[in-house]
Amino acid sequence: MATQQTQLLARTLLTPAVALLFIWMIVPLALTIYFATLHYNLLDPGSESFVGLENFRYFLTDPAFLASLQNTLVLVGSVLAITIILGVPLALLLDQQVVGLSIVRLMVIAPFFVMPTVSALVWKNLLMHPVSGLFAWIAHLFGLPAIDWFNDAPLFSVILIISWQWLPFATLILLTALQSLDEEQKEAAEMDGASAISTFIYITLPHLARPITVVILIETIFLLTVFAEIFVTTGGGPGLQTTNIAFLIYSQALIQYDVGSASAGGLVAVVLANIVAFFLVRIVGRNLEA
Amino acid sequence: MARMVTTRRKVISTAAAWLVGFLIFFPILWMVLASFKTELEAFAIPPSFLFFHWTTENYVTVQERSDYFHHALNSIIIAGGSTLIAMLIAIPAAWSMAFSPTKRTKDILLWMLSTKMMPPVGVLVPIYLIFRTVGLLDTRTGLVFILCLGNLPIVIWMLFTYFKEIPKDILEAARMDGATIGRELIYVLTPMAVPGLASTMLLNLILAWNEAFWTLNLSTLEAAPLTVFIASYSSPEGLFWAKLSAASTLAIAPILVLGWFS
Repeated sequence: MATQQTQLLARTLLTPAVALLFIWMIVPLALTIYFATLHYNLLDPGSESFVGLENFRYFLTDPAFLASLQNTLVLVGSVLAITIILGVPLALLLDQQVVGLSIVRLMVIAPFFVMPTVSALVWKNLLMHPVSGLFAWIAHLFGLPAIDWFNDAPLFSVILIISWQWLPFATLILLTALQSLDEEQKEAAEMDGASAISTFIYITLPHLARPITVVILIETIFLLTVFAEIFVTTGGGPGLQTTNIAFLIYSQALIQYDVGSASAGGLVAVVLANIVAFFLVRIVGRNLEA
Repeated sequence: MARMVTTRRKVISTAAAWLVGFLIFFPILWMVLASFKTELEAFAIPPSFLFFHWTTENYVTVQERSDYFHHALNSIIIAGGSTLIAMLIAIPAAWSMAFSPTKRTKDILLWMLSTKMMPPVGVLVPIYLIFRTVGLLDTRTGLVFILCLGNLPIVIWMLFTYFKEIPKDILEAARMDGATIGRELIYVLTPMAVPGLASTMLLNLILAWNEAFWTLNLSTLEAAPLTVFIASYSSPEGLFWAKLSAASTLAIAPILVLGWFS
């Protein structure tokens, strides 16, 4: 009797969350699908008409789509690679005996708290500016020509900024994992005469496999839809060089007011995210079981 | 001998860690320094690191020119409001899944997380049009609503993990002693769950404070939080770096302090 009551109560408590998320998922998605089949431009009201799959054909054959798909993949891949390749040694370093570790840790996690619009603008103007940015001055000290970051390597510049934002996250997750690593195992390996490098490769690295997959999973979710950093620095340019899928859809929807095509693009983005999620979940699932 | 090696190693790793930490932190430090310079000094080459004419004039200008406090208040209301509402919805849901799980609990959790996989751009168009129709564009209510829903899966998931670690025996003991569910929630569960609740709230506040897709697309002035306030500094008009730095410092200071000291 009591348990039945509890069950009923449990279900009642769960319902609001499930209902809200269900509506949040289904209503906009259904509308996106509906809009995607229409010719619908906000600048040209009253001209809505059913066009079938025309918007998809338009969106997918637009050269901008392939360019932005490529940019999206390069951006996600590079940021993942940079944050993990730098995050592992950094986590190892912070796992050592360091005087004043708590302060060092505060400095390292700080970029995570900085909002994307701020970090992008500060990097672009104070550090990477070709005339009076700090990087230009450092290059000048070494007698090198200053790099015009956002003109010569726009996508790389964006990648650099985003990597700086995500490095703390990767480092913290890896560091937490390192701290749970059994010290005795490492000591035993050292006793057996294992070099530092082979200890790292055979003991530490396998231990880090799981946290690395967690980093990949969470970062990918956020990196696939990077928007603000591009919005305030390059506006997708020069040309299409820093336009990712998210920015392309935004520009079609709110700059060109082409609701139909933007909706078709939105659905393409959803499908892409699902493909990526499918593979990620499989990889992560395998890693979590092993 | 062994001791010597340890000391030396400690010195080296300390030096390396401080150097790397400083490099990572440097952009923020540089920004704070620039905010106290005059525009001419902020632009000057070679740059001056500490020996410049310190001034707080930029902060005054930023407040006058773009009304920092208005946007800061928006940020507080939007981030705080969406976090509170998300917690109110998520606590009962996570409680129910953690303490009264059914066969489908795992599926429900995975499904909730999967809604987070949907990229926001995928639903930008309908949300924008719905907001325009019902007059929610550029309102704090609209942004609270969207950010709350966007973060709800993460909040539920985190709370679920925390609740799961609370031993069930204690609840059963309380029930044996005749505690009702309401009392059980207030007197037994809540005190044990406080650390988990606090860190969930903190993470959610940070995420909502820094959220820059929906805020940039759905607000312009009235409801614009600090993310949008900063974006308005993206088109340079003459020498403006010191002011940009002052505005940026103001925008990140609250959440940085909150994140550091908790």
